[in-house]
Amino acid sequence: MKFFRMFSRSFRDAFKSVFRNFSLSLASISCITITLIIVAVAIVASKNVEHFTKMVEDDQTIVAFVKEEFKETEELGKRIQKTDNVESVQHISKLDAPGEFHQDSKDLGVGDILKQFNEENSPLLESFKIKVKDISKIDHTVEKIEKMEEIETVSYGKTTVKNMLAVFQAIKKIAYGAVIALILVTVFLIINTIKLTIFSRKREISIMRLVGASNTTIKTPFIIEGMVLGMLGSIIPILIIIFGYSALFTVMEGNHYIPIVQLITPEPFIYTSSLAVLIIGIIVGMIGSASAVRKYLKV
Amino acid sequence: MDLIRVKNVNKRYKNGVTAIYDLNLNIKKGDFVFLIGSSGSGKSTLIKMLYREEKPSSGEIIVGGINVAKLRNARVYKLRRKLGIVFQDYRLLPKMTVYENVAFALECLGERKNEIRVKVLKALELVGLKGKVHNYPDQLSGGEQQRVAIARAIVNEPKLLLCDEPTGNLDPEMSLEIVKLIESINKETKTTVVMATHDKEIVNKMKKHVVVLKDGRLIKEYEKGKYDDEIF
Repeated sequence: MKFFRMFSRSFRDAFKSVFRNFSLSLASISCITITLIIVAVAIVASKNVEHFTKMVEDDQTIVAFVKEEFKETEELGKRIQKTDNVESVQHISKLDAPGEFHQDSKDLGVGDILKQFNEENSPLLESFKIKVKDISKIDHTVEKIEKMEEIETVSYGKTTVKNMLAVFQAIKKIAYGAVIALILVTVFLIINTIKLTIFSRKREISIMRLVGASNTTIKTPFIIEGMVLGMLGSIIPILIIIFGYSALFTVMEGNHYIPIVQLITPEPFIYTSSLAVLIIGIIVGMIGSASAVRKYLKV
Repeated sequence: MDLIRVKNVNKRYKNGVTAIYDLNLNIKKGDFVFLIGSSGSGKSTLIKMLYREEKPSSGEIIVGGINVAKLRNARVYKLRRKLGIVFQDYRLLPKMTVYENVAFALECLGERKNEIRVKVLKALELVGLKGKVHNYPDQLSGGEQQRVAIARAIVNEPKLLLCDEPTGNLDPEMSLEIVKLIESINKETKTTVVMATHDKEIVNKMKKHVVVLKDGRLIKEYEKGKYDDEIF
């Protein structure tokens, strides 16, 4: 009960202190806000990249074409299904193939041309659409299927996707690098703010020592002040995430020009991201104030 | 019963200056002791060692059963909760009222608001400042400010009241008032008092237990001493 009382008192005192030295606090809070906005953008962007990457990976399909002369497709299909790492096998007959074409490239009109052919004179081969369980082992699986004597050729979008993923990973790394650098700058600024607060309260601190306040009692308010600064700095970034992302999502959904890019749905993503930003803000504040206290509050 | 036991204590500062030489002193519970001596005699150093602002270089100091010299820095607060300390410069917080200054001592210890209120008003009544609870230090005279400091020092009912030249900044009438106030606290609450001073008049008038220091050494002790007994 005593701890709760002291904690709530420290909390109130922290707010009082922040507003009493408002211009000093504002400098820290502004820096935290800018840092957290960039952190928020980095989190939202990297989560979306992850989401999109996963979608693309999951969608990686192997197409295995069967040799012209081979007719026992059903048995072959079963054998392929039994192969290691194969999730599902879908048989696409010569006649179904044009439909698939149509699906993938509506505007090209190839599908319409191919529909003219029938079972006997179709230039297309029988094929299987194969999905794998573990995307990292896809090369291995392709090799195995290629080795089967009934298979003419195997295709899968290896290079394109890998390049795209590499670009996204690079973006992620740059984002994280920027975030870490900014957090360090912010921590440094908070250390200085709290240091100034400690110095301005030197009298109070010395009297607290004289009347027998424990070190924890003396240090806690300053650490909480750092946390409060972090909290206040996270307000604007959180508002940007909640309202900005929802708006962005609405705009993108109605957009037909970039159909491939699919953003994560706002709820509950915006709330989990906001919580992450809040926690990062509080932790950054706490690290800064704890460092200042350790360095400048004589024990 | 001894509240304070000082045994073979030496204090040597890093710059080579020795402030206290082989001091031995016992102070009984409820006693009122004047520590007298000229500047540099070691009075303040001794008082500082009693509340662990300074550590003795060697020797033993027991205050209220606590071995002060061996106390870890992190545990010093436990000793200080048993003490009340009054300084020459009052050391009040200028942005707090009289009430808040005294209450501060209890708030640091996490006491409840209603309990704080009772104790603070009791202490302020004892020093005769109940009518000035809402005033700020700069609205008070020197004597009144020192009384606030005394109220803060006794609000937690300490076992020992340490006073380091409490009348240093006050005129003769105020000084006597303050020392008489402290005497009445000593009589009423049986709080042990150790007061360092070089105020001749006061010591002469009060006729209390007097400990005389000179150049860091205890040279004499009197039961009902007078300042004039010593030639400095």
